[in-house]
Amino acid sequence: MEALWSNVDWSEIGWASWDTLVMVGMSLLFSVLIGLPIGVLLFLFGKRQLLEQPVAYAVLSFVVNVLRSVPFIILLIVMIPFTVMLIGTSLGVAGAIPPLVAGGAPFFARLVETSLREVDRGIIEATQAMGASVKQIIFGALLPEALPGIIAGITVTAITLVSYAAMSGVIGGGGLGDLAIRFGYQRFQTDVMVITVALLVIFVQVLQMVGDRLVLYFSRK
Amino acid sequence: MIVFDQVQKSYQVGGRAIPALHPTDMTIETGEVFGIVGHSGAGKSTLVRLINLLEPPTGGRILIDDENITDYNAAELRAFRRKVGMIFQHFNLLSSKTVADNIAFPMKLAGIYSKTEIRDRVEELLARVSLTDHANKYPSQLSGGQKQRVGIARALACRPTILLCDEATSALDPQTTQSVLKLLADINRELGLTIVLITHEMDVVRRVCDRVAVMDAGEVVEMGPVSEVFLHPKHPTTRDFVFESESIDRDELQEDLSKADGRILRLTFKGESTYKPLLGSVARESGVDFSILSGRIDHIKDTPYGQLTLSLVGGDLEVAMQALKAADVHVEVLR
Repeated sequence: MEALWSNVDWSEIGWASWDTLVMVGMSLLFSVLIGLPIGVLLFLFGKRQLLEQPVAYAVLSFVVNVLRSVPFIILLIVMIPFTVMLIGTSLGVAGAIPPLVAGGAPFFARLVETSLREVDRGIIEATQAMGASVKQIIFGALLPEALPGIIAGITVTAITLVSYAAMSGVIGGGGLGDLAIRFGYQRFQTDVMVITVALLVIFVQVLQMVGDRLVLYFSRK
Repeated sequence: MIVFDQVQKSYQVGGRAIPALHPTDMTIETGEVFGIVGHSGAGKSTLVRLINLLEPPTGGRILIDDENITDYNAAELRAFRRKVGMIFQHFNLLSSKTVADNIAFPMKLAGIYSKTEIRDRVEELLARVSLTDHANKYPSQLSGGQKQRVGIARALACRPTILLCDEATSALDPQTTQSVLKLLADINRELGLTIVLITHEMDVVRRVCDRVAVMDAGEVVEMGPVSEVFLHPKHPTTRDFVFESESIDRDELQEDLSKADGRILRLTFKGESTYKPLLGSVARESGVDFSILSGRIDHIKDTPYGQLTLSLVGGDLEVAMQALKAADVHVEVLR
């Protein structure tokens, strides 16, 4: 057993896991904060919706699509000057967060848009008939009705961010991905690779389980 | 009073205007139950949504209690909509809110009621629709009829003067339909609320409405008191609806009539005359023999009516006709 895990520095693994948690947690927070309003606007500006705005929709949709169509590994590199401008460094945990948000927010925005579209139009109509303003319709009816879908979207986004965060090891982002690349790949330490992959798998499983539980809890259908 | 003055509505589809409602004049009196029947696509959905401007008209004026609602700005329109309740075919309750919260929702949106006012009103309404025990359930835990009763309670929350019903019973089974219609009739009587109800079932109209408009292809083709329209339909669409509701197959009816001898009459009784033993005495006086080809006795809202199709043979037909007319029976000669 001793020989099998000879390359593994457990405290290093612990720190790397913590870094991954921080990267995913922070980037998820900002992805939701930025993606939610964008998703709501995408929905409202859409065809035959409350604030139908074909031009605004096209512009917003284009920006979201551009960010989503750039492969994340490229986005990581493209974002470097911007990240330096924003927080002074493009390295480490902090340096990984801006590109992660740039990848996560538009992804989440689309999921929000989709789950809002799932809300029965009749409910919007009924709320309108009660004399609700657009703001009241959004906060009183649309968001509460779409909540289970939005939570499911947060789960999917979180899991995507786990894999993005691992990728950020390529540009020196820190975390489990960084460990896997530097030790597991570049130094052929297979045991380190196995441990990091196992930890990532566990991380994703836990996220999915918690997400599913929350969706179930908030579903009244 | 709701007045439509040359109101029309058309939709722009690919640069062309598709008419959904041709210019229409119509008056709905305060406190009446007004029915609108038509097949799907006849424009009745559009018509009812014009009353609370969920669909803005493309022409004409809509006056409610002498105010032109098409002139309202956004804030005035929202205030006006609070005075117009609406219930729907698929109930449209918020699945994320409990029964009590659904009923409280329009009051919360209005922002002019205190917490205690809302709580008291919700309790009162729950009792009104007999759902007190279900206050903390979610809509998915209720049956269709219960959901619609929540819908009705919610629509009444802000004490509206008008209640719009969009196919409110179409998704319910016959028995539940009965109880929901009874609830609507009670509300109309007790609160003096004006009810505008659209449906594709003539039976619903017969049970609760005072007056009815029949729609076909975006036009009101017939309008009047229910008993008039129901017992003496003039437009082909109206006739279809009446026959449908009485489950009469026209071809079968023609076949039955062709086998009968003599003169064929359709008698329509209304009110008290429905229960009088008229046929026997007429037959004795005039010496005619009759056989009954079809018939029914039923109610239009609270008024009993009967309709009989007879064939008369022998005796003095003129005397028989005179006697029937004298007894306040509407006589129609079919052959």
